[in-house]
Amino acid sequence: MTNKIFTKEEWTKALQGLSDSYKVFVPVKDGDFHTFKPMNATKAPDFDFQNTRLSARSLVYPQAERMFEYSLDENDPEANIIKETPKDYSPQAIVGIRPCDAHGFKIVKPNFDNKEYRDPWWIQHFESTVLVGLGCNQPCSTCFCASVGGGPFNKDVLDVLIYDLGANFMVSGLTEKGEAFLSKAQGGKAADDAAVKQAEALATEAAKKVKADVPTDKLKDKVINDLFAAPFWQDVGFACLNCGTCTYLCPTCWCFDIQDEVLGKQGDRIRNWDSCMFPLFTLHGSGHNPRDQKFQRVRQRFMHKLKYYVDKYQGGVQCSGCGRCVRYCPVNIDIRQVAELMNNY
Amino acid sequence: MRGVPLQNPYLPYPVRIDKITTETTDKNLKTFRFVFLNPEDEKKFAYTPGQFAELSVPGKGEIPIGIASSPTEKGFVAFTVNKVGLVTNYMHNMKEGEIMGIRGPLGNWYPWEEMEGKNIVIVGGGFAFTTLRSSIVYMIQPENRARFKDISVVYGARNPGLLLYRDELAEWEKRDDINMHITVDGTDDPDWKYNVGFVPAITEKKITSADNAIAIVCGPPIMIKFTQPVLEKLGFPPERIILSLEMRMKCGIGICGRCNIGDKYVCKDGPVFSLAKLKQMPGEY
Ligand SMILES: Cc1cc2nc3c(=O)[nH]c(=O)nc-3n(C[C@H](O)[C@H](O)[C@H](O)COP(=O)(O)OP(=O)(O)OC[C@H]3O[C@@H](n4cnc5c(N)ncnc54)[C@H](O)[C@@H]3O)c2cc1C
Ligand code: SF4
Ligand code: SF4
Ligand code: FES
Repeated sequence: MTNKIFTKEEWTKALQGLSDSYKVFVPVKDGDFHTFKPMNATKAPDFDFQNTRLSARSLVYPQAERMFEYSLDENDPEANIIKETPKDYSPQAIVGIRPCDAHGFKIVKPNFDNKEYRDPWWIQHFESTVLVGLGCNQPCSTCFCASVGGGPFNKDVLDVLIYDLGANFMVSGLTEKGEAFLSKAQGGKAADDAAVKQAEALATEAAKKVKADVPTDKLKDKVINDLFAAPFWQDVGFACLNCGTCTYLCPTCWCFDIQDEVLGKQGDRIRNWDSCMFPLFTLHGSGHNPRDQKFQRVRQRFMHKLKYYVDKYQGGVQCSGCGRCVRYCPVNIDIRQVAELMNNY
Repeated sequence: MRGVPLQNPYLPYPVRIDKITTETTDKNLKTFRFVFLNPEDEKKFAYTPGQFAELSVPGKGEIPIGIASSPTEKGFVAFTVNKVGLVTNYMHNMKEGEIMGIRGPLGNWYPWEEMEGKNIVIVGGGFAFTTLRSSIVYMIQPENRARFKDISVVYGARNPGLLLYRDELAEWEKRDDINMHITVDGTDDPDWKYNVGFVPAITEKKITSADNAIAIVCGPPIMIKFTQPVLEKLGFPPERIILSLEMRMKCGIGICGRCNIGDKYVCKDGPVFSLAKLKQMPGEY
């Protein structure tokens, strides 16, 4: 494992150099929020942030993605034959991703990559991505990664972990992919014992601050139909606007829609993120809708994250504890409270 | 890693519409017979009765439709499509010879292993008869018929004009190795030779025993709801009542997250479920 020290200026420079070999995405301040943007010389990365408003999900699984293309031109001998859209899978790096958001990729992986079916786009985007995480010195009050198998300096899914030591960054290579990335970084020097100790202390301090007591331990022992019929769903969903914010911001939501779009004689089949919060999501052509009521959709979201996923994959809940849905829900619906209701039911 | 091309489960096989048959007098149901443009795709599309496929219309979208042909019918694959919305309306205006795609086969199938050596009771209503047609054609093939005991079929529609596959129904009526009970809710046709009455009532009258029998039920929700108690009264345990479900679908392969009932995806873990299994799942369908 390589541990290197960079001053913050050196690190930005190193990232500029790395842009020759990788598409480097960095957090950039955009209005009131931070967002991942490709590294360029004019807008400097800003590593002083809580978390990006949107998770980094779209860099592996774009919000709108071309799947196929076809010609509708009758004079084209290949008209109406659906073909794969060429894709760019050159290496990319997400620098500054928080450990919870990286953990999100691990949580969704069995959905896109399993024994029965493999999603070629998700898998290839994911494999071409280096996850260069930034540990959280100051977890926010809404975060609860440590309750769901993560932590503010969780290395599980990361290739590289960055520690913010104040004036300097300590940067640790964690995987082969990460070491290869670091080996191409110009500048910096080997970290000494004092820096490593300081980094470890930061991690220990942060772990004490983050909420680790959201109960999920008993969820796996519950019976699906019992939880489904629990009396609290109407109350839980009462204030929900079905705006879908929670699902779009979430690093562990994966639902999508498929649409065909045509311009002239050229068509594309596209997939777009979708949300179980919308009534159209389940509306049949006949008009029948198995989830036509709001509370049913709210129940679906929480049951999926905290029970169906738990049963299906036997590896914990479908939530990395990033806290976004708690922070941005306009009516303060709080997954931590719902987890508690379900766990204690 | 990269370099090894991943098989793309979303990519449809190109097909040509070989034949279109209007099935019902209201013209809302048409059967499309497709031929694969690349003959080797037909082998890759090896299916079992009960499965479905995504019909893929470039520029319009994809729809999940049950496979109405039987794997014993070679050289084509057929689907019967009800006109309801965007894609189905467009398909109803398509012509023989046009090119589109099909993707599959998808989902599970009727429990053929379990059905062997048993009496088979098929109960169908309306246009949900498609995969039941596939199953009947499959079972009555000379090479398959001996694997099953008595085959009884109750099939109903609102009126005679709305029954699917009328020529075939008439042929099956004549055979002595299958008991057909065709019915309509009502008719003013004085020459109507078959039953009049709702499917559950005809089932109660015509099916006399659940001994060593397995029932396969496909139809509109209301028919399923009223047939279930009839079968239970006859003595069918929930393990031997088999249903095929519909949910709105997109990917058809358990990835897009759309069609779940509890922790099951209807597209991948279904569409075929026993009533016993369904009772353990939330009633959200
Ligand atoms: C396993 C299965 C087997 C089916 N078999 C048949 C069949 O043999 N014959 C037949 O006529 N119909 C069948 N259906 C229903 C058929 O899929 C819908 O009627 C069809 O998708 C409506 O498409 P549309 O574009 O015309 O309607 P729109 O209402 O315009 O629908 C837009 C899109 O929503 C989705 N959608 C809408 N309704 C349904 C639905 N009920 N089920 C699934 N997806 C839906 C489709 O992706 C569709 O393209 C089956 C459905 C399922 C799930
Ligand atoms: S459910 Fe909420 S807290 Fe959990 S990962 Fe999604 S947005 Fe973050
Ligand atoms: S963000 Fe809140 S109000 Fe909006 S859909 Fe999610 S739970 Fe409902
Ligand atoms: S249709 Fe996509 S999960 Fe079933």
